[in-house]
Amino acid sequence: MFSEEKLNKVKEIIARYPAGKQKSALIPVLHLAQEEFGGWLSAETMDYVASLLQIKPIEVYEVATFYSMFNLKPVGKYVFEVCQTGPCMLRGSDNIIDYIKKKLDIGVGETTKDGLFTLKTVECLGACGYAPMMQLGKHFREHLTPEKVDAIIEECRVKAN
Amino acid sequence: MGRKLLFDKAHIEGIRYYDVYRANGGYGSAEKALKSMTPDQVLDEVKKSGLRGRGGAGFPTGMKWSFIAKPEGVPRYLVCNADESEPGTFKDRYLMEFIPHLLIEGLLISSYTLGCNSCYIYIRGEYAWIPDILEQAIAEAKKNGWLGKNIQGTGFDLEIYVQRGAGAYICGEETALIESLEGKRGNPRIKPPFPAVKGLWDCPTVVNNVETLAAVVPILRIGGEEYSKYGIGKSTGTKLISACGNINKPGVYEIEMNISVEEFIYSDEYCGGIANGKRLKACIPGGSSVPILPANLLLKTAKGEQRMMTYESLSDGGFATGSMLGSGGFIVLDEDQCVVKNTLTFARFYHHESCGQCSPCREGTGWMKRVLQNIENGKGKMSDIDLLWDIQRKIEGNTICPLGDAAAWPVAAAIRHFRDEFEWHVLHPEEATKRNYGLAHYADPLVIAAPAAV
Amino acid sequence: MAEEKKLFKVKIDNISVEVEPGTTILNAARRIGGDIVPPAMCYYSKLQGSGGKCRTCLVKVTKGSEADPRPMPKLVASCRTTVMDGMEVANITSPEVQEARKGVVEFLLLNHPLDCPVCDQAGECHLQDLSYEHGAETTRYEFKRRTFDRIDIGDKIQLHMTRCILCYRCVFTADQLTEKREHGVLGRGEVAEIGTYIHQSLDNNFIGNVIDVCPVGALTDKTFRFKNRVWFLKAVDAHRQCEDPKCCGKTVLWMRGDEVFRVTARKDKYGEVEDWICDTCRFDKKDVKDWVIEGPRNIDRHSVISQGHYVGVHKPKDTLVEVLDGRQPKLLLDIHTVSEVNRPDIDLSQIDGPAHSDDFNKK
Repeated sequence: MFSEEKLNKVKEIIARYPAGKQKSALIPVLHLAQEEFGGWLSAETMDYVASLLQIKPIEVYEVATFYSMFNLKPVGKYVFEVCQTGPCMLRGSDNIIDYIKKKLDIGVGETTKDGLFTLKTVECLGACGYAPMMQLGKHFREHLTPEKVDAIIEECRVKAN
Repeated sequence: MGRKLLFDKAHIEGIRYYDVYRANGGYGSAEKALKSMTPDQVLDEVKKSGLRGRGGAGFPTGMKWSFIAKPEGVPRYLVCNADESEPGTFKDRYLMEFIPHLLIEGLLISSYTLGCNSCYIYIRGEYAWIPDILEQAIAEAKKNGWLGKNIQGTGFDLEIYVQRGAGAYICGEETALIESLEGKRGNPRIKPPFPAVKGLWDCPTVVNNVETLAAVVPILRIGGEEYSKYGIGKSTGTKLISACGNINKPGVYEIEMNISVEEFIYSDEYCGGIANGKRLKACIPGGSSVPILPANLLLKTAKGEQRMMTYESLSDGGFATGSMLGSGGFIVLDEDQCVVKNTLTFARFYHHESCGQCSPCREGTGWMKRVLQNIENGKGKMSDIDLLWDIQRKIEGNTICPLGDAAAWPVAAAIRHFRDEFEWHVLHPEEATKRNYGLAHYADPLVIAAPAAV
Repeated sequence: MAEEKKLFKVKIDNISVEVEPGTTILNAARRIGGDIVPPAMCYYSKLQGSGGKCRTCLVKVTKGSEADPRPMPKLVASCRTTVMDGMEVANITSPEVQEARKGVVEFLLLNHPLDCPVCDQAGECHLQDLSYEHGAETTRYEFKRRTFDRIDIGDKIQLHMTRCILCYRCVFTADQLTEKREHGVLGRGEVAEIGTYIHQSLDNNFIGNVIDVCPVGALTDKTFRFKNRVWFLKAVDAHRQCEDPKCCGKTVLWMRGDEVFRVTARKDKYGEVEDWICDTCRFDKKDVKDWVIEGPRNIDRHSVISQGHYVGVHKPKDTLVEVLDGRQPKLLLDIHTVSEVNRPDIDLSQIDGPAHSDDFNKK
């Protein structure tokens, strides 16, 4: 369940659309729910969002499974989403992915045993000029080098403690 | 230095904020439009300017606006397409991050012209921090009477809302974007009806790219006539080019559309040449979906003329020997890069992003990816190259939306111009996993009227 | 005189037809009928919003209209493109269309298991017909096909996504026939699938219609699965007074002897149901006494189903009897009247089981 504050946020989002078009709020509310409920969307969470927006649960599942940013399974606390499309590949994103794999001892799509890190490879994030890069939470980490990756991992570990 | 219209004040410290933006002449165009011009007069200026959609298709903006249906009592909507997802393109991000008020002013003028009272900026979900910047700018504009009710006492009302997507390239297609904005899966609609008649919530809707809408501001400032004097021919004004790949200075550049490709790549004002002293092998000049060109066809057209950074010159020779300006995502490959691998990453991208609605794209993109994977990994057959050609040909033009074409073109162009390299991969599977084909003959001076390979 | 409606003149494969404005090219072609009708795997005239997805009905518009004769630059989906006055369309007369259609069939079959012999839809599968008429002989796809486990959505319907071609018909059906849609399209691209997300049974008295609209064997009737091959059954039109006001009560019973193997809606020549039926009629009325039988169902003679049919069969005249003045042929020659070799005292028809030499030894 959302807190009072988040419920007000939901109301504010719904108010952006004409009356009766509250379904338009679905994607923003799912973002909110994912942030709020552990970084992923469980079936219960999606049913809850459906009830908030007065739509059928299947309408929520259809949308949540379409967009790549919604996690339908639990993920680590920090998700490294490394871009691997052309422009990043030209600047050595493959090496960065390999480096992270070795460093964290996980494969793509896996989470470290301590539940801290998940490694994902993603398609173009729109930072081609600053390649190689990855998304970490709300922000982009650009011009990656092995040293930079080390620093990011360290930074996350410190934050987690 | 080339003349600038969008980024002319980008270097000013604090231009992101209302006060600085306003102090530097910001909202002057909006003031002019709202207070001294009718919507039709503004439309006229935009038509005169020759502005063409900056999202990739290059459709004349003024014409697009004049298509909007105006039934009585039905609201009309302006939607700003900030779902910038075409690999190689990151120009709108820069504009929104650094000069958000330029976009808001553009939206205000455009909404006034179209008669819209609500406007949505649909921004790709991964640009998660930009909605905060935009919302802050919207709040500032509202506080200063540029948004909300009765703007600047003119009686015109406008609200701008920011909506985040959630990771789907296809939502850059305007009808998929509208679907997504309605809280649905990003499945492109079957046209007609076009959004100008039946768009968001079945109301008349115009969807324009960020840069297109921002360009309305300088058009009003200097006048459509003057704007059309920038650039060459039908490529009027300036264009944001996001340059990336193996160049010395990747980044977003505003160019006047009258410079040559060679100047853009090699001059210090722009890309600053190929990185690490390497030689240019190939380039994709307009975002991943446009045809890749080998160095020799990139710098000069098949007729031997210098290729310019304009819509017309870049597409000179059609797909046989030309490419497209597209969205301005300029991807440069140096001599050490592998065209097969690069094509594979694009094929993988389109496979990942296909919405799955229509069969040629849903099934064909995955097939191309798998065949390319085989070739790249030394398991390819000679017949695979012809197979790839045939698959792309059967996708192109047969799908609901242009994603099918976007997936087909890069594969087609790579085979058309780099067939040797594909064949080398097939014939030398072992070697191909250790080294790349290299520059080969791709930068050799062209024999004029070179035959197309396929 | 009644006010005359202006009709649009359209030419499809050089055959002219006049149709009302707003008619799609496909429906104009169906008005003409015959070979020039483009195949449609996803369009369903009774389902709003359907069509445009499978791309098998692509045609070439060689002339846009009388007012604007320019041809359309790309092939268009005939099911979703409306006609204009003076429009000219090429379907089977366009090699380009035939080539593109062949490509579409290949794409549709790419991930489809080619195991018709073990599929319950065989014999009435639109994809089977489509690939027979428009497809290539072999596949060029050398990769693993995507597969899914079979799922029961309720005790009457089975979903096997492996066979699905994502026509969306079943989703539209649930949306438009039932108040509460519980299944939909999940995931995207190549891995998009029809599903309920959390395992659920679909519960609505009209949900069974998804079986009838499914062009392939993705949604099948569990009360019928593998009970019989459709071509071994006799299809008869039948009706009953159904209590559900939305149900037309007019069905086809698929029978063998007096046994009703399954009940479906009546389908027209394009494979579309004539009217919807409820699940009670479909699943629960399997006794011939529940129905008023109207007569044999007319099945297209090209369909394999018609192979087991008695429609239009005339019993040949028994001329031999006539020639023999009414005597039965077996009486032509009674061997016992000329020979005792075959022991006239032993009547073969009286022997229980096959005749054995012992039978003849008995004295």
